[in-house]
Amino acid sequence: MAKELSLYVHIPFCVRKCLYCDFLSFYADKSVQERYFEALAKEIRISADSLKDHRVISIFFGGGTPSFPESKDVCRLLNTIGDNFDVDADAEISIEVNPASAMKEKLSDFRRAGFNRLSIGAQSLNDEELKALGRAHDSAMFYHTFESAREVGFNNINVDIMSALPGQSLDSYLDTVGRVIGLHPEHVSAYSLILEEGTPFYDMELDLPDEELDRRMYHETGRMLKEAGYHRYEISNYSGQGYECRHNKVYWRRGDYLGLGLGAASLVDNIRWSNTRDLKAYEEFFRGVPGGDGSFDLKDIRQDVEELDVKSQMEEFMFLGLRLTKGVSKRLFFRNFGRDMEEVYKDVIQRYIDLELLEWTDYSGEDGGEYLRLTEKGLDVSNTVMADFLLD
Amino acid sequence: MDQSKIRNFCIVAHIDHGKSTLADRMIEKTGVLTLREMQNQVLDNMDIERERGITIKSQAVRMIYKAKDGQEYTFNMIDTPGHVDFGYEVSRSLAACDGAILVVDATQGVEAQTLANVYMALDHDLDVFPVINKIDLPSAMPQEAKDEIEDVIGLEAQDAPLISAKNGIGIEDVLEAVVHKIPAPTGDASAPLKALIFDSIYDSYRGVIVFVRIRDGAVKKGMKVKFMATGAEAEVVEVGYFAPGSFIPSDELTAGDVGYFTASIKNIQDTRVGDTVTDSARPCAEALPGYKKVMPMVYCGLYPADSAHYSDLRDALEKLQLNDASLFYEPETSQALGFGFRAGFLGLLHLEVVQERLEREYDLNLVTTAPSVVYKVHKTDGEVFDLTNPTNLPDPSEIDYMEEPIVNGEIMVTTDYVGAIMQLCQERRGKYLSTDYIEQTRAILKYELPLNEIIYDFFDALKSRSRGYASFDYELKGYEKSDLVKLDILINREEVDALSFIVHKDGAYERGRKMCEKLKEEIPRHLFEIPIQASVGGKVIARETVKAYRKDVLAKCYGGDITRKKKLLEKQKEGKKKMRQIGNVEVPQSAFLSVLKLDNTD
Repeated sequence: MAKELSLYVHIPFCVRKCLYCDFLSFYADKSVQERYFEALAKEIRISADSLKDHRVISIFFGGGTPSFPESKDVCRLLNTIGDNFDVDADAEISIEVNPASAMKEKLSDFRRAGFNRLSIGAQSLNDEELKALGRAHDSAMFYHTFESAREVGFNNINVDIMSALPGQSLDSYLDTVGRVIGLHPEHVSAYSLILEEGTPFYDMELDLPDEELDRRMYHETGRMLKEAGYHRYEISNYSGQGYECRHNKVYWRRGDYLGLGLGAASLVDNIRWSNTRDLKAYEEFFRGVPGGDGSFDLKDIRQDVEELDVKSQMEEFMFLGLRLTKGVSKRLFFRNFGRDMEEVYKDVIQRYIDLELLEWTDYSGEDGGEYLRLTEKGLDVSNTVMADFLLD
Repeated sequence: MDQSKIRNFCIVAHIDHGKSTLADRMIEKTGVLTLREMQNQVLDNMDIERERGITIKSQAVRMIYKAKDGQEYTFNMIDTPGHVDFGYEVSRSLAACDGAILVVDATQGVEAQTLANVYMALDHDLDVFPVINKIDLPSAMPQEAKDEIEDVIGLEAQDAPLISAKNGIGIEDVLEAVVHKIPAPTGDASAPLKALIFDSIYDSYRGVIVFVRIRDGAVKKGMKVKFMATGAEAEVVEVGYFAPGSFIPSDELTAGDVGYFTASIKNIQDTRVGDTVTDSARPCAEALPGYKKVMPMVYCGLYPADSAHYSDLRDALEKLQLNDASLFYEPETSQALGFGFRAGFLGLLHLEVVQERLEREYDLNLVTTAPSVVYKVHKTDGEVFDLTNPTNLPDPSEIDYMEEPIVNGEIMVTTDYVGAIMQLCQERRGKYLSTDYIEQTRAILKYELPLNEIIYDFFDALKSRSRGYASFDYELKGYEKSDLVKLDILINREEVDALSFIVHKDGAYERGRKMCEKLKEEIPRHLFEIPIQASVGGKVIARETVKAYRKDVLAKCYGGDITRKKKLLEKQKEGKKKMRQIGNVEVPQSAFLSVLKLDNTD
């Protein structure tokens, strides 16, 4: 059977940069965009050659703002993928959109091109908070986008919201959560704001909620969504039954994924790398002359290539897997590495079980067996726990 | 070699007066090295010295100088440290010399340190001649400096060379003065070998490299030598001279020479600095006087951060002691820190230098406990013992009384800061003795100070309160009865023996309070709340709390960029490694030293 593969496609363009954003994104005019899409299409075709033995189970168009460029350009990329990769008929194909640019026609184009899951960056339904974040949309636009998405046939929608925003009160945040729930999206991602170095927010004097309030927001999010029938399956992700994001889980379960486009990260056959973050270098590479055998050597735009040894694989298995509330499978660990998880991580596991930050659970079913997972308390301080799963 | 063509000398100076620079220039002029080979400061080849701009370890270098009389002279220059803590090292270097150059800064004149070093040189019967450095600076007052040397030290100074070591002015004059003012050695080349060990280092290929000054006789390859103090014997494998940063093998060293030999000596303990080396077959009648043993003034515990490195630390201390004979150590254990050593030092700077050398040269990660002086404990049963580790203080009911070491301190300071410094001394339980004005703008304050008040942060406080203008020198006066108590620190209700220390009763509350505050800053928040308490005799006198953290989670991982997340976790883990586990609490190693720097003007 062909190996499973996921694809991530990076669309780095935005109408403007939000004040907290440290993702690889920027404004670009149409001619720059077109050159980029041309290069990206080439990258898709060339990459596919070496991955013929894989079948694609999920595709994710992220950004930037994939809804910012013209929809035909974006849809053409999806077609190119379809023409060059073996994409499962029931593959999960997501696209991130911003309410400011996700007009109904665009959404309709996306749906017809084959996208079957939509991720809407709402962040907040409070207009003042949106303004403070430097977002290009207001709450009315979000409602409009959501309704349009349903009308054009998206029946798997995620809504992104953010907590711990400058000046945000518990009430105003929970109001956003409540109103999002009222729309019945299939999936909700709720992140608390992180101040990243290099962003305008980092250097601004902001009235940020303290740790206590941040955690109350987090706990209340879980409670309200649970009451509404969602379950938390990852630290910041919630879904209705059967709507967990397949693509997202590939990252945490260490499935193979190929990142396409500027700065995109990949993991294939236990090798990690990232594409160059330099737009000019990226474009010029694909405009250049192919090598003697008529092909491009993609190594030239790939950076930070790391072949993961068994130690790194074990570490990743643990600290990535623990982001999922289901936890990490003892059986799978043994199957992958030929060693007992408890033997490798004896002291760490016991210490955090004693501190009630980790626990063992038994699951039935196909992927069942014993799993080690973070407790509710453990979720709040998960980095502390995960750091100790790095081996010396 | 003809002894009349040999000059063995050292350079003494106050810190910053330009000793190392002068040494460099002399090496340049004598052409041992080309300009290109010269590192910036040839003699100071240890990293720490380079960074701090001070010379710690004495080293020797040989130069060939063609003098104006047409003769070629061999100069052996032995570098000496300039700080009071290293008085012992200065003394052993001096014993290998016949004369000394005194460097005086034309802008600063005679400083406290200058006096101390000159007197030490004169004590060793050395002929001393002065040179006036930094004459090219606008603020230079060479005549005043000369007068001061004559008035204060009593050395003839009117014909002292006027130089700028930095700009290479007057170096020839210094070289000529060495020829004419430093006496030639007067050993008996035909007598049995008698050589003084003034230093040694360990080399993993050659074993111990012994630095010697030959008084009588000669040492050559293949000869069997005997170390008189230890009785050890060894066959000489190599002899030679010192070049800057390297060794030049030769056939033999004879009376008057300064050089080195190796003899496949693996046991470091066999070669003691200050010992006399002689010919096994034809030993000399009696050993050279050697050096007087120096008593450590300050003790502290040295522990490997990772207990698995205990034996590495032991090996490193052994090797360090080889060329730092004033370093004393013995094994001890701590409940908080495990197996380690109690080490004795000449002063706090000496302690810091040793600590840094262990960390840099031996790549060790260390935890250092609070330095302690040596207290005399008089027990009710009449027993008297020296207390070097506060943890060993008996129950108060068994103690009749205690004595602490007192020093005579001299602080040279510009008159603007006399008030500030007097206040500092008062805070440190100082007893005022006198104020002497050297000139209109400078005074020497004399105080009696308890040693335990100056070993922590006195130097720092002195510098910060005088904007760097004060210098300090001290010597032990003796012991005095004092009202002392043991202050204990509890972290998460566990007593941390490594943080206990002896303090005067009146200062206990203040010190305890500050320590708790400092520890609160140093100890990172944990998953639980951590009380930090200071107690005397089981009674808590101060308390702080490190609150628990509530959140440590990365909300979002973007686009499968796992490498970034891993880096974050690695950083977090790396941070933990630098911590010391005390009960359930991770205490950064810096906490153990930071609590010693509590001066309240910071």
